[in-house]
Amino acid sequence: MKLTDSEQAMLDGREGKAKQKAMDLLVRYGEALDAERFVDTTNVAGVPAYYSPVLLDYYKATADDAYDVIYSRFDLDSDEVVEVPRVMVNSCALQGGVDAEGWKTLGKNYEALRMSEQSEAASAARGVRILKTCTPYLAGNVPKRGEHCAWMESSAVVYCNSVLGARTNTEGRESTSAAMLTGKIPDWGFHGDEFRLATHHIQVEVPVESMLDWGMLGYFIGAEVGERIPVVTGSISRPDLIRHKHFGAAAASSGGVEMYHLVGLTPEAATLEEALGGRLPWEFIPYGKAEQRRTYENLNSKASDPNVDFVMLGCPHAALEQLQEIAGLLDGKRLSENCKLWVFTSRAIRAEADAAGYVGVIRAAGGVVLTDTCSSIAQAVPPGTKVVALDSAKQTHYLPAIMGIQAWFGTTADCINAALTGRWNGRAP
Amino acid sequence: MTQSSGAVLAQESITITLRGRKVVGGYAEGEALVTRDTISGWGGINPMTGTVIETRHELRGQTFKDKILVFPGAKGSSGWSAAFHVTRITGTAPKALVFNEMTTKIALGAVVMRIPSVTDLDRDPLEVIETGDWVKVDGDRGIVEIHRGPHGCGVTGL
Repeated sequence: MKLTDSEQAMLDGREGKAKQKAMDLLVRYGEALDAERFVDTTNVAGVPAYYSPVLLDYYKATADDAYDVIYSRFDLDSDEVVEVPRVMVNSCALQGGVDAEGWKTLGKNYEALRMSEQSEAASAARGVRILKTCTPYLAGNVPKRGEHCAWMESSAVVYCNSVLGARTNTEGRESTSAAMLTGKIPDWGFHGDEFRLATHHIQVEVPVESMLDWGMLGYFIGAEVGERIPVVTGSISRPDLIRHKHFGAAAASSGGVEMYHLVGLTPEAATLEEALGGRLPWEFIPYGKAEQRRTYENLNSKASDPNVDFVMLGCPHAALEQLQEIAGLLDGKRLSENCKLWVFTSRAIRAEADAAGYVGVIRAAGGVVLTDTCSSIAQAVPPGTKVVALDSAKQTHYLPAIMGIQAWFGTTADCINAALTGRWNGRAP
Repeated sequence: MTQSSGAVLAQESITITLRGRKVVGGYAEGEALVTRDTISGWGGINPMTGTVIETRHELRGQTFKDKILVFPGAKGSSGWSAAFHVTRITGTAPKALVFNEMTTKIALGAVVMRIPSVTDLDRDPLEVIETGDWVKVDGDRGIVEIHRGPHGCGVTGL
């Protein structure tokens, strides 16, 4: 890689040991990618020094040195422990594994909470913004078009590129922690114009309107295109933020979609020609009734028992409008005695939902609003859960495999209905 | 170093050499584990056991520990590198990676696992390598050598 003088200075250790280790990792990473240079990033989203019991145990970290030890040895992949300085650029912490208020509900022990709070405080002391969400763009970090970012969280990455027109690859824990200290990330992939062009043309031939419709379309596209870039035309209605969120999250789970174009709707796709950069698509893929039906059946292939004992909503973390919808569906009702309801969101949206009274309504019905994490990340479901109902294609993709449970997929209303009756009554659209 | 049809060489051992690009340097050899499915890291593997857990994945339940993992590439969560990084710590990492599709997930994962990794090969490794083949990966030179014994079995220690 070609390094600038300031990058070389960091690599040589003239800016301190931590930056040297961070640059060393970034250079190894850039060389693996065959990148020629770095780009300056002004917006980093990661999970710096996130403590897990495995890491604490393996590195024999103590309460006093855990942050430096884990940041150095795991995040920066350094054999030597270095003192971690303040971050150099706008940096935020994404979701973690424990909710500071709901940790008992999640079945976490006090030790897990204490370690999480210690890691968070150490990050905050170094200038990291503690957003604790997979939706930083809903919690105050909204990159501008063209801004070079270094983000983790596949659902946030696809939103950042596709909806906001900012530029990020799917970064990992190690590269984001290194970028926080250096303001550098390899200039590869989505940082360049040509890489962002569509490769696959998806023609939608069935109405795609609801959040469920968008989630299924995303899940179908991800499985079809893998990590390529789809451009979508046809019978799609203008999606709102929530539909973008569910569509992108689904496409990034069944496949590795990091950017999509919707003709006339997303910033780099005024026309089909613009999205494709004047080239022909590698493949033309129709999405009609049969494909929609197949996608629904795939998503519901992991369940057979209609008795639902758990409903989990908020993947990606619920927007305020979703909490409003959930509260509206629950208003004045009580959950089935056989079913639990957990709704996950960010701390920022939770505060707004509290003020609007939605959290109170959900709680009065017997549900719980949790922040910071989700069932998949925390690996937490209510004790004895056998069958979960979900309105997120992404969570449906992951949770059954992670927790060994059955999962139904449907609309938010299907899920709330299941929470009220303890029975799954969802129908294909 | 010839590559011939099985009909001619069914009773002999064959060696096939593929040339590609270094992702991470170093040398390793071992038994190949080949899949045509892309692999999810976080949520797709159990890093404590080195096992694929993704529903409907063709390797579901199988371990890649100490194998030469031959696969199309990475997909899914940005926790790919961290999940595979943990396999290095738990001792369940593959010995080397041979793959087709470069992504940031796989590049970073290969770097932090510190295992020889090669991509951009002159022939599709998924077509050439079979599970059980003995494979030598020279990361620095970007060379993958495949040894297959008679009847298509891997020959340990060739």
